[in-house]
Amino acid sequence: MKKSIGSAVNLPECSVTDESVYLARRTMLKQLGFVGATGLLATSSQASPLDWFSSNKDKTPFKTTPLTFNKGSPLDETLTPEAKVTSHNNFYEFGTSKSDPVENAQQLQVNPWQLRIEGECENPITLDYDQLLSMFTLQERIYRFRCVEAWSMVIPWIGFPLADLLKKVQPTSKAKFVAFQTLYDPKQMPGQASRRIGGGIDYPYVEGLRIDEAVNDLTLLSVGLYGKTLPPQNGAPIRLVVPWKYGFKSIKSIVSIRLVEKMPPTTWNILAPNEYGFYANVNPNVDHPRWSQASERRLTSGGLFARNRIDTLPFNGYGEQVAELYRNMNLTKHF
Amino acid sequence: MRRDTLTLKVLIHAISLTLLINVYYMAITDQLGADPVEYVLHFTGIGALNLLILSLAVTPLTKYIKKPFLMQNRRLVGLYAFLYALCHVLSFWAFEIQFNLALFFEEIIERPYITVGMVAFIILVLLAITSWSVVKKRMGRRWQKLHNWVYLAILLGGIHFYWSVKASVTEPVIYGVIITLLLFLRKRKFLHS
Repeated sequence: MKKSIGSAVNLPECSVTDESVYLARRTMLKQLGFVGATGLLATSSQASPLDWFSSNKDKTPFKTTPLTFNKGSPLDETLTPEAKVTSHNNFYEFGTSKSDPVENAQQLQVNPWQLRIEGECENPITLDYDQLLSMFTLQERIYRFRCVEAWSMVIPWIGFPLADLLKKVQPTSKAKFVAFQTLYDPKQMPGQASRRIGGGIDYPYVEGLRIDEAVNDLTLLSVGLYGKTLPPQNGAPIRLVVPWKYGFKSIKSIVSIRLVEKMPPTTWNILAPNEYGFYANVNPNVDHPRWSQASERRLTSGGLFARNRIDTLPFNGYGEQVAELYRNMNLTKHF
Repeated sequence: MRRDTLTLKVLIHAISLTLLINVYYMAITDQLGADPVEYVLHFTGIGALNLLILSLAVTPLTKYIKKPFLMQNRRLVGLYAFLYALCHVLSFWAFEIQFNLALFFEEIIERPYITVGMVAFIILVLLAITSWSVVKKRMGRRWQKLHNWVYLAILLGGIHFYWSVKASVTEPVIYGVIITLLLFLRKRKFLHS
């Protein structure tokens, strides 16, 4: 796929709220104490009850570093501001509220890191932190990101195609699926230590793709966004990005990629099989049992009055590249 | 009006209104995280449930600590529960659905958790418009009958909350326990009617 060179960032720097200001405001609201019991429960694991007004003082934010990469082709859509991309996350290992990951994940140790690629392949390898960033030429990909909860963003990811990595390990003919696993470390991830904080999910978080989905050029292993390495709340140091599927497929902080013969179990499917399927392709015609998937709210800048409801596109607008993969499948049944 | 009643009333007005105005101000100026709509919906929803719980706690509390002036504030708390619920529904229509009336009704009918929430809201509307003393007098015994529906409203509100969350049910379960306790304290009333 040819990529034209162009500037990806169309937003003036001044339109982005400084992160510290942003977080301070949120803390203030929480301290008003009316955010609901979760707010209180979530912080109580971190700070003593009398520590309300200093809970953030001893926390230094995670340091991201600038990356060298080939610029991606700009998308004709407004980017979601960086401050929003990095503060509105579903990463239940750090708490179930959207603002929990940015608050609780800053101390995550990403270096040293080990990513094993193994299973049905000729050359299993283990990559360390530096190799994740240096093994392949990094490229920017500006993708729409559609959450199953019916909100979406536009994010400039940096990474390399999963296909490049799979080529290196040479999958055998038995490799029909790819299974992914997130780091399991309850000491660092409070949601894994407590079922209450982690939303009652059995960890580690696991995901999977069919091999032809995995080697599609759109499927990205991302190590950065907005020109820098990933912050922990977005899945540092390495995460999957599958732009035509609902966000929960794009597993974060990966430690294992395993080539397997049978369809692997996936976390949300285990939790609620009638609500979340293995394929989880973005599909406006198949509603979630509890809400419509026909449209979505695009999160960019703009407050309560932003007219941000837009139609959801089949395969999140990537049908041209991926519809072929599901040619003879009933996508209502295989949702 | 007694002085402590007055103080309490001022306090209830001040807290409920300040929080509500503050959250809308922050949301309109995009200071509430990436998705101000979700924030406002959660805030007003949980606020309505909290206030409804508080209003139902007034009677047992008054009996327990023998401070009858508390009863003078029950209606006010209930009305604020209604105001928060009204903001919740209007925000859903205006900011989540963005004024698409067809989609609004479709969601209410097709999504059971929204249907349940809507029934609870309709009950609160009826209670709010019959809350004037004049109306109360006119309605006589029927007034109490109507206002007993608040027990159904709080139950449906709790179910609406439980049903709306994606995975972590801890918080809804805590609310469920509290609501059950408040209803349990009135078990005699249910047995008599």
